[in-house]
Amino acid sequence: PISQEFPGTMSILEYNGGAVLAMTGKNCVAIATDTRLGMQAQTVACDFQKVFKMNDKLMLGVTGLATDVQTLSQLLKFRLNMYRMREEREIKPETFSALLTHILYERRFGPYFTEPVVAGLNEKNEPFVSAMDLLGAPVFTSDFVVSGTCTSNLYGMCETMYKPNMEPDELFETASQCLLASVDRDALSGWGAVVHVITPTGTISRKLKGRQD
Amino acid sequence: MDTVMGIVGDGFCIVAADCSAARSILVFNHSEDKIVELDGNKLMGQSGPQCDTSNFAEYIQKNMTLYELNNDLQLSTHAAANFMRRELATALRKGPYQTNVLLGGFDKSAGPSLYYLDHLSSLQKVNFGAHGYASNFVLSIFDREWKHGLTLEEARAIIDKCIFELQTRFLLSQPKFKLKIVDADGIREL
Repeated sequence: PISQEFPGTMSILEYNGGAVLAMTGKNCVAIATDTRLGMQAQTVACDFQKVFKMNDKLMLGVTGLATDVQTLSQLLKFRLNMYRMREEREIKPETFSALLTHILYERRFGPYFTEPVVAGLNEKNEPFVSAMDLLGAPVFTSDFVVSGTCTSNLYGMCETMYKPNMEPDELFETASQCLLASVDRDALSGWGAVVHVITPTGTISRKLKGRQD
Repeated sequence: MDTVMGIVGDGFCIVAADCSAARSILVFNHSEDKIVELDGNKLMGQSGPQCDTSNFAEYIQKNMTLYELNNDLQLSTHAAANFMRRELATALRKGPYQTNVLLGGFDKSAGPSLYYLDHLSSLQKVNFGAHGYASNFVLSIFDREWKHGLTLEEARAIIDKCIFELQTRFLLSQPKFKLKIVDADGIREL
């Protein structure tokens, strides 16, 4: 969220910019992010990865400070590999979400400046989404979660366009339009987008070309 | 204050940096080499205070040599970039290095590559990049002129345009620039 009290100032969470949303459908879940890497007003790259595959049915989208996006995703990959070795099975999305909140809160007084979003399908192929703030306070919803520098825009778009039980194709369209419309009005997000739709049979990933400004 | 730029072409990568060593209002010399040769096929252009740049560069250089000796295998540019990122990220919350890095390298398998690594340890593979105030001037030139598969002359011309722009419009005078190229034959100065 952009600081409203002191316009023109920037918090560390807005330094690099970014937006992510995750939306549930009928036995599927979509996660979409923009691909901008910026340094305040300057754009450095247009292909920065913010969504990471944790396993075939679980994806993690992270916004915030780019270095912590990369550190956190690498840390979680490591923890997930350890979990897989010990438990000899894949992690459930709910458990992964709990693990993530723990990892974030461990750093309560020197946090990772990230606001991650978890999207996945549980064993019954029911969709699961959750989001966290930088200290690990989670929110679990049944419809959609958002994070990044244009959350106000994203909330508005998602609330308007969301319908429950969408099929994967319709879900993709809805998620894409919500994201693109939201980041188009945000200076710090955009410059391309990527949308993943996780279904029981596989994940479909598509790159979107939006306004390149 | 330091200018570091890099560009990827057809089978090569050029890293350019200015040669002025200065602090505050004083210029120490105009013959500073800010581009470190990490091993036979990697170049690291660094900006920032000399203490952090030299410390970081030497640490990375020695560790890469150790890896080579231990494993009888040279680190790829991608691996080196990620190793550097990990070191910077760990140091970030202990004793940060105030150094921005552009790592340019050539691998037989991957070809030429350029990695942008800023002082906060965000890593991104790019086709061209610049650090510091210079980025405000030269990124738009790169955006306009860069295309896939640049020849050496074309890349050289783009860098020259960037240097000209800096010397015309940048407040700080940076009369000398050093260009180094890495390709299949190794590293040489241009």
